[in-house]
Amino acid sequence: MSYRIPIGPYHPALEEPYKLELVCDGETVRDAVMHIGFNFRGIEYLAERRNYLQGITLVERVCGICSNVHSLSYCQAVEQLNGSAPPERALYIRVILAELERLHSHFLWAGVAAKLIGFKTIFMACFTLREKVMDALSAISGNRVNYGMNCIGGVNRDILDPQAILNILDEMEHEITRTIIPIFLEDRTVASRCKGVGILTKEQAIAMGAVGPLARASGVPQDIRRSAPYGAYDRFEFSVPVETAGDVQARLVVHALEMVESCRILRQALSTLAEGPFHTPTPVGARYKVPAGTAISRAEAPRGEVLYQITSNGTEIPERVRVRTPTFMNMATVRFTVLGQDLADSPLIQASCDPCYSCTDR
Amino acid sequence: MNLLDRLMHRCRRKSPFLFHLNTGSCNGCDIELITCLSPRYDVEQLGIHLEGSPRHADILCITGPVTRNTLEAVKTVYAQVCEPKVVVALGSCPASCNVFAGSPVIEGPLSKHIPVDVYVPGCPPHPDAIIEGIARAAQILADRGVSEKAKGVPQK
Ligand code: SF4
Repeated sequence: MSYRIPIGPYHPALEEPYKLELVCDGETVRDAVMHIGFNFRGIEYLAERRNYLQGITLVERVCGICSNVHSLSYCQAVEQLNGSAPPERALYIRVILAELERLHSHFLWAGVAAKLIGFKTIFMACFTLREKVMDALSAISGNRVNYGMNCIGGVNRDILDPQAILNILDEMEHEITRTIIPIFLEDRTVASRCKGVGILTKEQAIAMGAVGPLARASGVPQDIRRSAPYGAYDRFEFSVPVETAGDVQARLVVHALEMVESCRILRQALSTLAEGPFHTPTPVGARYKVPAGTAISRAEAPRGEVLYQITSNGTEIPERVRVRTPTFMNMATVRFTVLGQDLADSPLIQASCDPCYSCTDR
Repeated sequence: MNLLDRLMHRCRRKSPFLFHLNTGSCNGCDIELITCLSPRYDVEQLGIHLEGSPRHADILCITGPVTRNTLEAVKTVYAQVCEPKVVVALGSCPASCNVFAGSPVIEGPLSKHIPVDVYVPGCPPHPDAIIEGIARAAQILADRGVSEKAKGVPQK
């Protein structure tokens, strides 16, 4: 006999409000139904009633974890519309911010995953390391979460002391290779909890349009930084880790290897930081009118592809702002990955696709 | 105050249990609250403990601008927390709706719906500020326990 277990919207196992209904046969999950929308704040509605300057501040608060990538995509779209190109140094600083953000988001993910596996020591280790990234971020931007770094035509603040950030990076990289990588790649406890759990096949990943680390763990080699380079990404050498197993362990491996790649990009960007100004000379003011047209900008957030579409009608207020976030695509896969799995594994499977409901609901 | 009251006063101040309620926040404040539990800030050494159920908690930490879909839950959870209780509003969102003010689906600010005792400003507040806010809330909690008992409010 099957029965339904409702979980949420507020539940100790959930980080954010959403509701999940699991249909179970004994201990085995037979179906899952998700209800979202608890975080709906009407950001697109608000963005269509505010000018471009206010828009940056607003879209930054779509998500507190990947805040930079939202303002980055927004600015990129407006730059396409008004045809301005940010100076080289700004592009480098944007890459540095984006990679630091990826690092802190992956640490957060790894910490939450470790906690759900039941490995609290690693949760603490990840959060200790994450604090180092936060130090670097607050040294650059002055804030720990919503950095307020991107502006239309560049960035708001310069990186004055790249060497200091490089020093933090050295320490961090050492710790990653010493603790995180061996645990996630080789540890038997972790493997026994993750191997063969929550499998998403390559065909399913493609059919559901999965993006980001989730798709890469299922053998889809898709990364916007590589397939459609934006900003300064075409200047750096890095590889895109791809695994084919599609289970939770593959996702752990992809995340861990991506941390190493982020460090590699950061090192190159910080040591070859281009000289010159860091934003265009005429800053965009509140009364700034953007030429009419439609622009689409994509960026690789820590969780996958973020897409912004901005339509301007030639006034200072955008006519349409459309945001598509990675979790919106990835969430649908949960229904298939929990099928036939143990009830006790379902929190880990959900968390392994790195959901962010405040992005999804907007 | 008799011995038991003095003991309760001290315990409430020294070991507050928190319940965290996300009412449509951007996650910024939520991760900063989780960061407080991590080794650098380590609030557990101060006796502060994050609880999974509102019935076990004394202090309600609320983040987010109160969206329409979460409003009912806010009222329910507030009613579920045992007396005496203290509400901490984390971040600018519950205090003023922040950048989301003017959206038709936002029902905030929080003080329209339940009484708020401590505001921690910032978008998001620094973990140090959050800890200070919680420490203040714990003091309010302890004093409220004494004054409510004097007034004869039943304590659970
Ligand atoms: S106060 Fe700022 S960081 Fe906190 S939930 Fe609101 S927008 Fe996010």
